[in-house]
Amino acid sequence: MSGAHASLPIAARVRRLEERCIAAGLVDDARLDRTLERYLAAASPLNGARLAARAWADDAFRALLLDDARAALAELGLADRLRGREQLRVVANSAERHNVVVCTLCSCYPLSLLGPSPSWYKSEAYRARMVREPRAVLAEFGLELPPEVQVSVWDASAEARYMVLPRRPAGSEDRSEAELARLVTRNGLIGTATV
Amino acid sequence: MPEPAARPGGRFAPGDRVRVAAVDPDHHTRMPRYARGRAGTVERVLPACPLPDDRARGVPQPRVEPVYTVRFAAGDLWGAGTHTVTVDLWESYLESEGS
Repeated sequence: MSGAHASLPIAARVRRLEERCIAAGLVDDARLDRTLERYLAAASPLNGARLAARAWADDAFRALLLDDARAALAELGLADRLRGREQLRVVANSAERHNVVVCTLCSCYPLSLLGPSPSWYKSEAYRARMVREPRAVLAEFGLELPPEVQVSVWDASAEARYMVLPRRPAGSEDRSEAELARLVTRNGLIGTATV
Repeated sequence: MPEPAARPGGRFAPGDRVRVAAVDPDHHTRMPRYARGRAGTVERVLPACPLPDDRARGVPQPRVEPVYTVRFAAGDLWGAGTHTVTVDLWESYLESEGS
């Protein structure tokens, strides 16, 4: 969705639906708040950072993460981060290829691994321009890619969610996995930063 | 041209050239407008999912179809650009490129 959610008709509809559910005795305010809090408390870019750091430190885990992300999440105790039909695909940056994620139709996003999405991700400008002129948009994020690097844009148009595996930073050979995780940023996992 | 043999998981397989239908439905769809009528290459086959076009209209038994990750060259989408855009598309959004 676009712009500020609170001002949109959908926000009013959600509030009305909440009120109806409460009036019908299906749920109460406290329980709604607890459920949301529990979900959001566990939805953090630290999850994505842990996945990236483990992939950098362990080639077998990296292969699993790229091939079958659900199984890789289970190895890190994050199996419950994917629900039901939800799929995750992790796409790896390399010297030849840079990946970046967008949802042109709405604002689909791997929230449980990256936390709530930034407002620019939901903006019409990002959604319209990233599929059309990604190099220009990435340059505005401060990411100037050499022309020989291929840019792959992933439009999350169906049930699959995408996360980028950044390249391991040069000079990080001696870092522990926990230290590596601290190098990873949310934007790196979206693809609007190198790491 | 003879119909291709039925394939496990759906009509198309990785490497197939496909074209997105050039249609403008008056109901909800997850077929991005910029990809309509454009040709790309199937990159991966995803598990079958209910078709959002049917679900949004409250169709009692929504069609359940394979979803394909289709890669488009920027030049084929916009007439310019060197990047690629990958879009996930339900089977009924697609036809064989040559058909």
